[in-house]
Amino acid sequence: MPIYNQSRNRIIQVIFALVFLLIIFQLLNLQIFSSEYKLQAENNAIYRKVIYPDRGIIYDRHGKAILENTIMYDLMVTPSEARGIDTATLCNILGIDTAEYKKRIISAIIKNSRYKPSVFEPLISDEAYARLNEDMYKFPGFSITERPVRAYPFHAAANVLGYLGEVDKNFLKNHASEGYDQGDYAGMTGLERSYEKVLMGQRGVKRYIRDNKNRIQGPYNNGLYDTAAIAGRNLYTSLDIDLQVLAEKLLQNKIGSVVAINPKTGGILAMATAPSYDPTMLTGSQRRKNFGRLVLDTARPLLNRALKGQYPPGSTYKPLSALIALDEGIITPSYGYPCAGAYYACGRPVKCTEHWIGHSKDLRTAIAWSCNSYFCNIFRMIVDNPKYKNPRLGYLAWKQYMNAFGYGTDLHPDIPGEYDGNIPDTSGYNRDFGGPRWNSCNIVTLGIGQDRMLATPLQMANAMCIIANKGYYYTPHFVDSIENETIADTQFVGRYRFKHVALGHISDSAFKIVQLGMNDVSVIGTARGAQIDGIDICAKTGTAQNPHGKDHSLFVAFAPMQDPKIAICVVVENAGFGATWAAPIASIIMEKYLKDSLSAKSQANVDRISKADLIPAVIKHWYFKQDSIKQAKQAQIINADAAPVFQNNLETKPIQFDPEAEPNRKDNNDTNAIKTKQDMQLPDNKNIRKPNKQ
Amino acid sequence: MSTGYTNKSVSKGVDWITVWLYVALVCIGVICIFMAEYNPATFNATSFFKGNTNYSKQILFFGICIVVATFIVLSDSKLYPAFANLLYVFGIILMLSVFVLGKDINGSKSWIPLGGGFNLQPAEMCKIFVALALAKFLSQLNMDFRKLQSQAIACAIALAPAALSVLQHETGLALVYLSFFIVMYREGLPGIILIIGFSFGALVVATLLVEKNLLAIILTVIAALLVFIFRRQIFVRKRWNVLILIISVWVFCVGIQRFAVPYIFNDVFACYQSQRIYSAVGMDYDCSQNKHALEKEESGKSVTKPDDYNVRQSKIAIGSGGFLGKGFLKGTQTRGRYVPEQSTDFIFTSLSEAFGFVGCFIFLGLYFLLLYRIIHIAERQRSAFSRVYAYCVASILFFHITVNVCMTIGLFPVIGIPLPMVSYGGSSLLTFTILIFIMIRLDADRQMVLR
Repeated sequence: MPIYNQSRNRIIQVIFALVFLLIIFQLLNLQIFSSEYKLQAENNAIYRKVIYPDRGIIYDRHGKAILENTIMYDLMVTPSEARGIDTATLCNILGIDTAEYKKRIISAIIKNSRYKPSVFEPLISDEAYARLNEDMYKFPGFSITERPVRAYPFHAAANVLGYLGEVDKNFLKNHASEGYDQGDYAGMTGLERSYEKVLMGQRGVKRYIRDNKNRIQGPYNNGLYDTAAIAGRNLYTSLDIDLQVLAEKLLQNKIGSVVAINPKTGGILAMATAPSYDPTMLTGSQRRKNFGRLVLDTARPLLNRALKGQYPPGSTYKPLSALIALDEGIITPSYGYPCAGAYYACGRPVKCTEHWIGHSKDLRTAIAWSCNSYFCNIFRMIVDNPKYKNPRLGYLAWKQYMNAFGYGTDLHPDIPGEYDGNIPDTSGYNRDFGGPRWNSCNIVTLGIGQDRMLATPLQMANAMCIIANKGYYYTPHFVDSIENETIADTQFVGRYRFKHVALGHISDSAFKIVQLGMNDVSVIGTARGAQIDGIDICAKTGTAQNPHGKDHSLFVAFAPMQDPKIAICVVVENAGFGATWAAPIASIIMEKYLKDSLSAKSQANVDRISKADLIPAVIKHWYFKQDSIKQAKQAQIINADAAPVFQNNLETKPIQFDPEAEPNRKDNNDTNAIKTKQDMQLPDNKNIRKPNKQ
Repeated sequence: MSTGYTNKSVSKGVDWITVWLYVALVCIGVICIFMAEYNPATFNATSFFKGNTNYSKQILFFGICIVVATFIVLSDSKLYPAFANLLYVFGIILMLSVFVLGKDINGSKSWIPLGGGFNLQPAEMCKIFVALALAKFLSQLNMDFRKLQSQAIACAIALAPAALSVLQHETGLALVYLSFFIVMYREGLPGIILIIGFSFGALVVATLLVEKNLLAIILTVIAALLVFIFRRQIFVRKRWNVLILIISVWVFCVGIQRFAVPYIFNDVFACYQSQRIYSAVGMDYDCSQNKHALEKEESGKSVTKPDDYNVRQSKIAIGSGGFLGKGFLKGTQTRGRYVPEQSTDFIFTSLSEAFGFVGCFIFLGLYFLLLYRIIHIAERQRSAFSRVYAYCVASILFFHITVNVCMTIGLFPVIGIPLPMVSYGGSSLLTFTILIFIMIRLDADRQMVLR
């Protein structure tokens, strides 16, 4: 054998060693110098499951839960495990056929792969739940999972309580360190939003090991890093749910708003807006669809008109004007103005509804009869007050008073989204009148709550609180106390426990005379219909002209005069005189609150008012058009032979009819289900769908 | 003879270091398979013996291997050179019979069903026979390995099963037969052949990595430089054959780079194969160039772009092990079954995730010791037969270890060859057992001259 080859065994050894070194080098690189793989392995294999705590419950002032949680059940299926099951029984329980069963399994596989559980039937009925629970062993691969859902036992106060929505990118950015994740739900409006931090509780996280098909293998590190969920805390509000339900009932088929406040605390007793919606529409599986419909609804049921509706206050402003004039020393309670049906001092006459002499002989009667001339006059006197150098300064003094009354400023109640109304600034008038050349005559209709003055129902109700309290108010709010209040909570809620006494300088006698005048409104004046037996109420009607159509009907009041317990503002859009619609609504609500029950007369009124339909024709026309579009679509679906699948077979049974009894009808194989739908949508059917009761 | 005497004479000369290294590696293998298969829901103590899990099967195979190994150690050394050629013929016949009896497992038609759920892969077994035949051939008395003829015959012996293996779509196993070139190199094959082989490999890799025109320019520059260096020899001494050699090598290289490699990758290989090779050098292959992919697309089937999922997950598993590893049965990649084929081809990931760099180092150290021990054994043989055979064993093991480990750490394209003694699989375990124990048997008789 060749000797020279001996040396080659060294070369071979060197080659072996070099290759092993290369491997070691790459291992060093992978295992020690790069950290990305550890992260990737964690992303792969560790499944962070967020444990959602129960959200807090919201109670009304009597301790009734008005927003709580319930558990609903979803039937889940893991297609790969669903073999050899008793399909017939399952279909029977759920009321579907085997074809539908197969379809759902296939769609589950497409949506979520056959190894992961998908929803087979969401939110199953109680009866189905009971039967399934009993027979669950027959259906391997199927499971029932709990799903916590917000529940509204009274189906009321939708716009106050607010809804939950999936968080978006912006929300995540703004709440980066608060533990939200894509796909989480958070309060989007109302109390759910303001008190999100309190209600949400603290999320827990459980870590699991999962495999390549996303199946859970077991807890990661025996749950060492897991955190427990802490339930959300409850809110105790001043809302009176019976009052709320009553207010919403009264506002049915109208557009408008009711705000009732307890003047002693600022606690809001009821805040109704119409049209509204059933809050359960925005929970559960139909949420997305319903939300789309509500957003597109031209009557805007998602708009909280109590906060966002900005109306000319009209005559409801007059008591404030009286107080300002008295405090500025411009008039005395005995001051009178000779009105004969209009105010002529500024050229174009401002009409007054009363013509008889003496309806404005002093302040008290002028309030009682809501004399336009009288209040135009004192507004001009306020602006032209010789105390100030020019009308602009006089106007600014007036504006300051108005802002102190809460008009034209944010009140900051504890639900988001309020508008501040409008008490115009001089700059606006300067611009429009070409410099500071305008005088009190140019803006005289401000004196009767028109011109550019706008206020929200909440602001008007709050102004009533000030008059009722003779000078002070608490910021209107819902939440009285929070369960296990923390320091942070106290800071937040503290604003609502602060007594605002900005108008304390107005004398009690001034308040007294205005209160008497307002009392007269309900006794002898414009709102005699609003009287409640045995209770002195102080009220003021308002009929606000507006560019949208018929006058808005407004009414503000508080009662009882001696010891005010409730202040209220009612606005019914395009309904005419304040005394016609708004006054009786307010009267019924006050009666209910103060007496805890309604007299037979009021009860009858409730029925009459709740049935009255005051929705403007434009909006009705819109609904009619929507239904026509839907009908056209429906017709297309029927033509395409793809009529919607109904879970209950009974509904789609062909109609059996007697040709003799109905000679005009042809047998066109109509089905009940389709027929009922058509019935509802026939154009000549005047029964307009109500936006708040679906 | 008394039993005591028999034992002593049997164990005499047996290289216990190799035996213990072998046992250690098989045991590590069983542990690794256990980690890869472990399922807390179904596991209990009896799982090791029930035979329905891979680790319990591997234990069973180990038992069989111990019996076979004992038989080999008890056998007569002279048997092996005597039957070497016969066994080689038998092996080739087995390989051919696959074309008739073959059974399709994982896309390669290279298995013969033995019944009872067991299958035999002749290409795997044939390594032993080639090793024996090559040893037999190179240890002939009148052997002069410097002759081209002998070199050609040796190559033919080594490459014939490889060719058959390629025909059975087992490219990975065919590549293993290349490892016999290490043996032949030791026995006197000119080193230039290995150098040419490596240069060729480097050229192919460069073709994949470097833009084709740039590479052509580089090659031309190298050729020009060579002509410049040898200008005296060529132009002064008129040695035109040097110039012709340089030019023909240049033409060959450019031809490979411009035509052969694209042709092979686009027209011969399937899309996934090209993708694997490209991803081993860190590149991405564009399947729209691939003929097979295009054909498939034309026939209306959707072509899914193959990705390097295996290697990515394998690298994640190894990389996430870190310095000390995640601990026994705590590997998340392993528990989650993220690495495909983890108990067979990718068994290394199970070990490196659990025991980290330290574990890998020790484990590779064991292999390294084994290889050096085998070379040591080879060099102490008196007979050429034993020496060549031992080198064959070392080369085969080395090739398997290198390719398998490099594949899991992303340095080599994914080809399915097992990690010796560690990967799950009876066929492979038995082959390596026989391979090693024949060597141990021959080594026990190292004082004898076998031909």
